[in-house]
Amino acid sequence: MIYVKNLTKIFGDHVAVNHLNFDIQPGDVVGFLGPNGAGKSTTMKMLTGFITPDDGEILIDDLSIFDDPKKIKQKIGYLPEGAPAYGDMTPLQFLNFIAAIRGLKGDLKRQRISHVINKIDLQSVLDKPIDNLSKGFKRRVGLAQALLHDPQILILDEPTDGLDPNQKHQVRELIQNLAKDKIVIISTHILEEVTALCNRVMIIAAGQMKFNGTPKELIAKSKYHNAITLHLSYPSDTSGFLDVPGILEILPDRANGKVTLIIQPGYDILHEVNKHIHERKLPVDTLFVEQGRLDQVFREMTQGAEV
Amino acid sequence: MGMVWTLLKREIASFFATPVAYVFITIFLILSAVFAFFIGSLYEREQADLLPFFNFHPWLYLFLVPAIAMRTWAEERKSGSIELLMTLPISTLQAVVAKFLAAWAVLGLSLLLTFPLWLTINYLGNPDNGVVVAAYVGSWLMSGAFLAIGMCMSALTKNQVVAFILAVVVCFLFVVSGSNIVLDAFKGWAPSIVIDTVASFSFLTHFESIAKGVIALNDVGYFLISIVIWLYASLLIIERKKAD
Repeated sequence: MIYVKNLTKIFGDHVAVNHLNFDIQPGDVVGFLGPNGAGKSTTMKMLTGFITPDDGEILIDDLSIFDDPKKIKQKIGYLPEGAPAYGDMTPLQFLNFIAAIRGLKGDLKRQRISHVINKIDLQSVLDKPIDNLSKGFKRRVGLAQALLHDPQILILDEPTDGLDPNQKHQVRELIQNLAKDKIVIISTHILEEVTALCNRVMIIAAGQMKFNGTPKELIAKSKYHNAITLHLSYPSDTSGFLDVPGILEILPDRANGKVTLIIQPGYDILHEVNKHIHERKLPVDTLFVEQGRLDQVFREMTQGAEV
Repeated sequence: MGMVWTLLKREIASFFATPVAYVFITIFLILSAVFAFFIGSLYEREQADLLPFFNFHPWLYLFLVPAIAMRTWAEERKSGSIELLMTLPISTLQAVVAKFLAAWAVLGLSLLLTFPLWLTINYLGNPDNGVVVAAYVGSWLMSGAFLAIGMCMSALTKNQVVAFILAVVVCFLFVVSGSNIVLDAFKGWAPSIVIDTVASFSFLTHFESIAKGVIALNDVGYFLISIVIWLYASLLIIERKKAD
């Protein structure tokens, strides 16, 4: 498990990470969300031992990053931001080099290398210098490198950045199919990725934790959570909805004829809304219950916190 | 040690995967021959030794070694691969040592490839081959000191050109510190101990005696200690600046 307490990093007079506290259990797939410059990458760099925290504590499987950095690094597979690699090497040479550094030998080494090559579909570029590969392939070589030693902890900084939709899907599937007792931490700008992949979301802004919970809890924070959106065939008076108990607000969208009803938390009023529509004979042709809007929650939590 | 070996192999492969090693070796061979024959008058002296060849090595290294050292850390930091390297289960010391040994091996290979000169003087006369071997060892040691300085300068910056210029300047100071240009500046006001100390930092003085076949402990020790100090300095710099 990962245990982080009071983690702080200061660059000059800029506090990049400000007293962060969290812990992550095996089996957790955690998504770091946050605006650019929020401290996500800095936090990852500290977890992987690349930079030293100015204050606080990181314990990974009861090992301290200050006392046993080498043992911790053995447990972690890391894809740094931008997937850097040695451009003059081919993916095959690169993976062989990483495998040797990771202490893989003989049959196990061959087996692991061919395993990640198959998993990540690198066959077609194995003998081309990494410098000549497309952005998507470079990212995948970086992923292969991180997965090579079958690490207990996988830390991926923007793993799907620069991939096309098919490749994104492939990488998400790959992460989902990892053994269930591993820890995966990804950072991303794609909000949907978090709900698709993660069972924990941490929103970081200005170096501080703004939210730490499940994607469901996050979406429940949206004022659109359980909101009912209906579409009217022709304009019609909908102000009567305010008489239905539990409806807080009516948000008409004149451009496309949609009306969104914001519901007070705790009320389940789909039935009441239906009744109201029938009584007033409103020209409703579609109606659905919203899950919530992640982008709106994200904006509310991180606004004013941008650097 | 196993880690150092793995890293070392990668570094050497990288020298030969890019034109760096080939260009370096070719230029080194051409320049060392040009200096030895045309400026050092290897033939005209009619003496069976390689002094004219070795005498120019400090000046050759002054420009060539910074050229091979400049990429070592600057490139890692610029491309970001240092983040990958430093999050692998290796120590910074292992990385520093491996990078140094790899480049030093390329320098050693360049020196070995000058063997036709050695064959030539053996064909023309009867040189003291002990002196020649000592001079080769001395030259390689000295190139190591140049290299350690160059790598330290490369650790200071992400820009290879800046690294090259810094390295040439610092190396130049160490080459000329024993010469009269520098010592005259101290004479007259500094106590003799200062002048002696400055003079004793000179690569030239230490190399000259080895080139004549005298392998004294203090000369060999000087180059070895220089290597260790400059590599240690680069280690400290990298630890501090790797994430900048």
